[in-house]
Amino acid sequence: MFTSCAEPKTLEGLHWFYCYLTSGKHVDFYWSFGTVLVLLAITAPIAIAFGFVGATAARSHNPILHWAGRIYIAMVRGVPDIVYFMFFVIVLDQVIEYLKFVAVCPSGTPWPWQGLEFRVCPAAKVPAATASPFIHQAYGFSLAVVTFAIVFGAFTANVLYGAMNSVPRAQLETAEAYGMSHRQVFRRVLVPQMWVYALPGLSNLWMILIKATPLLFLLGVKDIVYYAKELGGSKTQAYEFPHGDWRLYYFLVLLVFYLAMTRVSEIALGRLTARLSKGQATAAGERMRRAAA
Amino acid sequence: MKKLLLATALAGLSAGAAFAQDVVRLGTEGAYPPYNFINDAGEVAGFEREFGDELCKRAGLNCTWTTNEWDSIIPNLQSGNYDVIIAGMSITPERAEIVDFSQGYLQPTPSAYLAASKDADLKSGPVAAQTSTIQAAFVAENGMTLVEYATPEETVAAVKNGEAVAVLADSDYLKPIADESGGALVLLDQTEMIGGGVGMAFRKSDTELRAKFDAAIKSMKCDGTLDAMITKPEYFGPDSPLVWGDAGKEGC
Repeated sequence: MFTSCAEPKTLEGLHWFYCYLTSGKHVDFYWSFGTVLVLLAITAPIAIAFGFVGATAARSHNPILHWAGRIYIAMVRGVPDIVYFMFFVIVLDQVIEYLKFVAVCPSGTPWPWQGLEFRVCPAAKVPAATASPFIHQAYGFSLAVVTFAIVFGAFTANVLYGAMNSVPRAQLETAEAYGMSHRQVFRRVLVPQMWVYALPGLSNLWMILIKATPLLFLLGVKDIVYYAKELGGSKTQAYEFPHGDWRLYYFLVLLVFYLAMTRVSEIALGRLTARLSKGQATAAGERMRRAAA
Repeated sequence: MKKLLLATALAGLSAGAAFAQDVVRLGTEGAYPPYNFINDAGEVAGFEREFGDELCKRAGLNCTWTTNEWDSIIPNLQSGNYDVIIAGMSITPERAEIVDFSQGYLQPTPSAYLAASKDADLKSGPVAAQTSTIQAAFVAENGMTLVEYATPEETVAAVKNGEAVAVLADSDYLKPIADESGGALVLLDQTEMIGGGVGMAFRKSDTELRAKFDAAIKSMKCDGTLDAMITKPEYFGPDSPLVWGDAGKEGC
């Protein structure tokens, strides 16, 4: 459409807006929507895996596993998310560097925790100081993903724990009567049936996870909230595209984005519920059976 | 098996670490023009960008830039996220207790008040300043009511929407805002002389790196390139009081 954006201060109207909205920083802003989607796509399965392990452990007859599962659920559920987000990122970072410190630093290197400073030898820095900015960002992002997974894994564990206990006892007894072992009952009967009981809780968590993604901003990841704030702030002539305080419009875009995300999720989850309820011994399953009959 | 996995992971992470000593990570705020800001291409720009790059060239260091919120800029230096703070940070005794400063690269400059009108009464309402700045400390210690914000942008917004009667900040940051506001915002005649000049901050344990940058700053003062850079119109302008003049040439 427009070819030249070389002299932004001489531009007017639509041409100015076209150049403004295609500036390098705006392109970064558009990519950051991808960051949020990637976060969701990676965190959700990991959180379900954490939750599944947590719930299975909490149901275990082995006292150590049982208590490990219960404590994990209780601790994460009992502390505000935001405290964990701040806490885990620092802890994970220092633990990783400490492990590498033990592995690679020459003997005689001072202990990493020195008063206010945490310092390891340059070879043990994670990521290495030579790494590209992209690696640094990816590392920060990975720490955030792990933290999200730990926190949301605990909520998921609680939901799955409840769902496992909701599967009708008669189903399990019947399976046992057929001569299945505990493992077989768990794998063939309990797990396939629990999802329908877990789904309302999991849908809720998914919505909460979507709405929790702006916490990335607090963890230093440049997400959509960071860019909305940065781009929307008023700009003087020191910038190529000076403008007033436009934060309101940028946040409006985020608002629409989040509403669209949750709306699409609602529709998808509704369909999934209908599909999973088919043939199940639940109220929804019973309704479907009657409607078909 | 676990050990093997761990070892593989660590080996992967340490790839390229051999040259780690030669790369210096410079940390800045990126929200305080003309000192430092993120330009429209999404890169760190401003006086400190050009100045920092020149220092690295002179010291023979390979530097990369990273940004960090002002609030946590000192803690994250200490935890090793970057090696140097170069973010318009004033040298103060309180900060010097936890970090080491290079010699100053900008002279102490008066801080200015930005308000909606020339006759604003600073005692009549809260005065805005950015958290953990010398200006915030000054407001709190001098009988004014302080209201703090995380970013410079928000302090100015507070004056615009009437939450604060004025904002106290470096005059070089506030002046373009006043000039471009079309008269809605003005600088008060009253200024405050606070701070001991602007320096780079280092971890206390990094004396070698600090010495390299100190030498580079001194060489820029001696050959006059620092003053020439400061007075560029896009930074502090030809009449800037930040220049070193003969004071910078002592001991060359």
